[in-house]
Amino acid sequence: MTRHTADDDAEGVNETNETDEANKAIEANEADETDEANETHGPAGGDRSGSDPTASPGVPKAGRDEQPSIFVPDDGETGEATAAATATDTTATATTAATDGGVESATGGSDSTDLDPDAYDPVDVFPGGDLDLREGADSCYKCTSCDTSCPVAEVDEEFPGPKFQGPEQWRLKRKEDHDIDESITSCSNCMRCDDACPSSVPLSQMHNEARGQFVEEQMEKLSREYIRNRILSNYRFFASIASKVPRLANAATKIPGAMKLGEKVLGIAGDREFPDFATQTFREWWKARGGAQVENPDKRVAYFHGCYSNYNTPEVGKAMVRVYEHFGYEVMVPPQKCSGTPMFANGMLKDARRHAETNVENLVEAIGEGADVIASCTSCSLSLRQEYPELFDIHGIEDVSEHTYEALEYLRINEDLEGELAGTELADEQAFAYHAPCHARNQGLSRQAVETFRDVDGVQMEDVGDSCSGISGTYGWKEEKYEKSMEIGAEMFDHMEDAEGEVGMTECPTCAMQMEHGTGYEVEHPLQLLEETVGA
Amino acid sequence: MAIDSDVLVVGGGLAAITSAIAAAREGADVRLISHKSSTLRQASGLIDALGYVPATEPAKPLREGPPTAGRELDRDEWPDPEGPLADPFEAVDRLPDAHPYRILGADALREGLALFDDLAGDAYRGGHTDTNALLPTFGGSVKPTARYPAAAEAGIASDDRPALIVGFRSLTEYDARAFAGRLEAAGVPFDAAGAEVEFAEAFRADTKVTRLAKALDHDEEIDGVPAREALAKAVAPHLHDVVDEAGGVDRVERVGFPAFLGDQAGDEVRAELADRLGADVFEIPMGPPSLPGLRLEDRLYDALDDEGVRFETGNPVVGIETEADGRVETVAVDRKGRETPYGADAFVLATGGLVGKGLDSDREGVRERAFGLHVEQPADRYEWFVDDAFGDQPYARFGVRIGEDGRALDAAGEAAYENVFAAGGVVGGADVAREKSASGVSLATGIVAGREAATEATQ
Repeated sequence: MTRHTADDDAEGVNETNETDEANKAIEANEADETDEANETHGPAGGDRSGSDPTASPGVPKAGRDEQPSIFVPDDGETGEATAAATATDTTATATTAATDGGVESATGGSDSTDLDPDAYDPVDVFPGGDLDLREGADSCYKCTSCDTSCPVAEVDEEFPGPKFQGPEQWRLKRKEDHDIDESITSCSNCMRCDDACPSSVPLSQMHNEARGQFVEEQMEKLSREYIRNRILSNYRFFASIASKVPRLANAATKIPGAMKLGEKVLGIAGDREFPDFATQTFREWWKARGGAQVENPDKRVAYFHGCYSNYNTPEVGKAMVRVYEHFGYEVMVPPQKCSGTPMFANGMLKDARRHAETNVENLVEAIGEGADVIASCTSCSLSLRQEYPELFDIHGIEDVSEHTYEALEYLRINEDLEGELAGTELADEQAFAYHAPCHARNQGLSRQAVETFRDVDGVQMEDVGDSCSGISGTYGWKEEKYEKSMEIGAEMFDHMEDAEGEVGMTECPTCAMQMEHGTGYEVEHPLQLLEETVGA
Repeated sequence: MAIDSDVLVVGGGLAAITSAIAAAREGADVRLISHKSSTLRQASGLIDALGYVPATEPAKPLREGPPTAGRELDRDEWPDPEGPLADPFEAVDRLPDAHPYRILGADALREGLALFDDLAGDAYRGGHTDTNALLPTFGGSVKPTARYPAAAEAGIASDDRPALIVGFRSLTEYDARAFAGRLEAAGVPFDAAGAEVEFAEAFRADTKVTRLAKALDHDEEIDGVPAREALAKAVAPHLHDVVDEAGGVDRVERVGFPAFLGDQAGDEVRAELADRLGADVFEIPMGPPSLPGLRLEDRLYDALDDEGVRFETGNPVVGIETEADGRVETVAVDRKGRETPYGADAFVLATGGLVGKGLDSDREGVRERAFGLHVEQPADRYEWFVDDAFGDQPYARFGVRIGEDGRALDAAGEAAYENVFAAGGVVGGADVAREKSASGVSLATGIVAGREAATEATQ
């Protein structure tokens, strides 16, 4: 971002060229990453060359996950998304649009004279198909629970809420002449609506699909907003460059006016403090320590550290490794890219898919070697578990979904964590103000940190309530969303101030940024406290 | 390895919370798991015990035929429901035999309400008496209820002080003038007038009530005026709108608003409005999305935390594992594709009924989803319902049957499993919509199931 300094005066002229380069750079970047892909991931990963993923135990039964993805064409396919959708729908013979925007009735509709009520079941009139979210849309009975759970609608009356963005917009866009409403870009993808819906309407899936379609078909690819969103969602790309020269990068973001310039040129909220890059990334540390210190073919986990633990907070990754080794696990660190969370939130589904291909390939291989996949970030784990199978059709993606856990969750299920922690004591009393990330909520994890540490002497863990932190990944980084983001977060800031602890705690790196930004507290990850508690 | 506790409560609504707290107070280690956010957010926030005893037989009994032989009878051939009831407890004996109140006894209801009073504290009213209160509802009718939010107190229908009902054009589901008219038609002992004011017009027409509540919570400026002041200023010109029978004009002593007067800071918002208007301010409970329901949800989940109950929301229970002796050992929780066992010595099923989706139905039948418990129902699905939409619908009473200790029963009327109890909407036998008894059934069945489960678990 600092490269824009020179263009300040000629911003209007140069922006297009600059930003187009940014687009190209992001795409070209994938080719440069062979260094990481060639890294071995612990002793078990040594013989991976030439191994056929389908031959490994525990890896996908052929065919069952081979469905077309809901919107995005496979990378490399040049066809229009809609074309890709219909092209893959080989089973449907008659796809003429019916008057309701659905597909023509299997029985010929009401005009048909030979309608035999014994020959069909009315519920089967509409053929399903893999891309069909009709069942989800039909399950909505308009109770509006999703709208009441939406943190954006609470502060932004211009945002029509998840009920519109999901089932209603889905119906509207059955008609070909209906554009996706631009307000879809105001959804922060916190996914609280999923958790609120009593009918299990796949709201976030609908939002992701609509947002992807909006960005792909309606958004000007050279617009400042598109470029900004692309940069924000490809955080990993920029972090990977910055972390090669961490001190310089850290200094650059602190140059007076640098962030203001970012706001002016790119629309990135200038009031935010850019996170520091670690002088040694997690992967560098892992390599330097010689990989796994514990070998155990019966207890293996593949660590999905995500971008932030690698580039910014390697202490979280180190805590994960030490805690898991303490419990006798062999930790593998497979090559990996971004989980896609920021990309989904910005409708950059093609980017997300490209990264997903790398992730799935490497994680499936680890699963084949007996590992479960562990993420320390609740958005990464949610993405692998829920968004991956909902949005992409990559071979093995269902297996990745089924084998993925959040780090603390996995230990609570598989180890006697309660027994281990009972009677433990921290040398110095510590009080924490814990915030549960929205994405943890969706996985049933919103209370685990509070419950895990309840029995540890010397630890006081206070839940600061069920409000959203407001940052929602990249949402709060956008200049035009910054104030809304802080307004959403106000409730959490208040509760943090009221809580006894002066240290924040959360699983999500961007929630942590927001907590720090709003209160000035230091923020830790539960794994760091667990490391301290079990003396790993 | 299973995630263990003494008692595992499955569900997240009023019955689940009640049974979890009842079990915890008996000394059990309790965990509550709920698939989705609590349906309390769809509830009115009123705690009904028993408002009516609806007829279960036509005025002239039919001589033959199945239970639904009267399904095509005209509404007029049915007697009116008995009520509104002043005393819910004395009417319990006139309910059908299979009603949970009959099975558990009126004392269970009394104890359930007492537990609720303890949990709700000063946020609720009505605990001082056995008698039902009459409250105006959002449809303009008057409803008998046992407990009601403090925010609704000044709106009580037996109060004879004149009332102004405030509405907003942008709130399309609620017309204040029609509402006031319907109240008067219902024969309330006070004069009422409705007024539509300019306030919500500063927001978009489809603004969510949570947005309005937030604006009042934070006293956000609307066109340069703080929200609470702006709202009071909009209402002030109408304080003399009420005309009594003699044609005289009263200055109203109370003003009713749709229930969006703040979320976190509701008491403060109401107090400030009352101060500015020089009149009591009350909220009229609304349909979903319901702020009184959301506030109750927050309060009860805080109570769970205070009682040391562990809880989690987000993943469904999809099956059970039984031991050789016929007890349930673990339930399987679907954690995004992977089933994880949760073990307990006793289980409480409180997943809700057909609306709460604890019961599932299709053309083949009606089923209980989590434990696969028996749900009594006519084999022919045309006997599940009658033509009169407001009539004695058989499906309204579908559900799991319980014994007097709250244990879920099988088809033969025996305990289905020694350690499985049921509470709330999933329990059959009550027609809660017509009886106005949903919350009371949840409280009565919840407290019994919770206590008995704790006893079973700690034996």
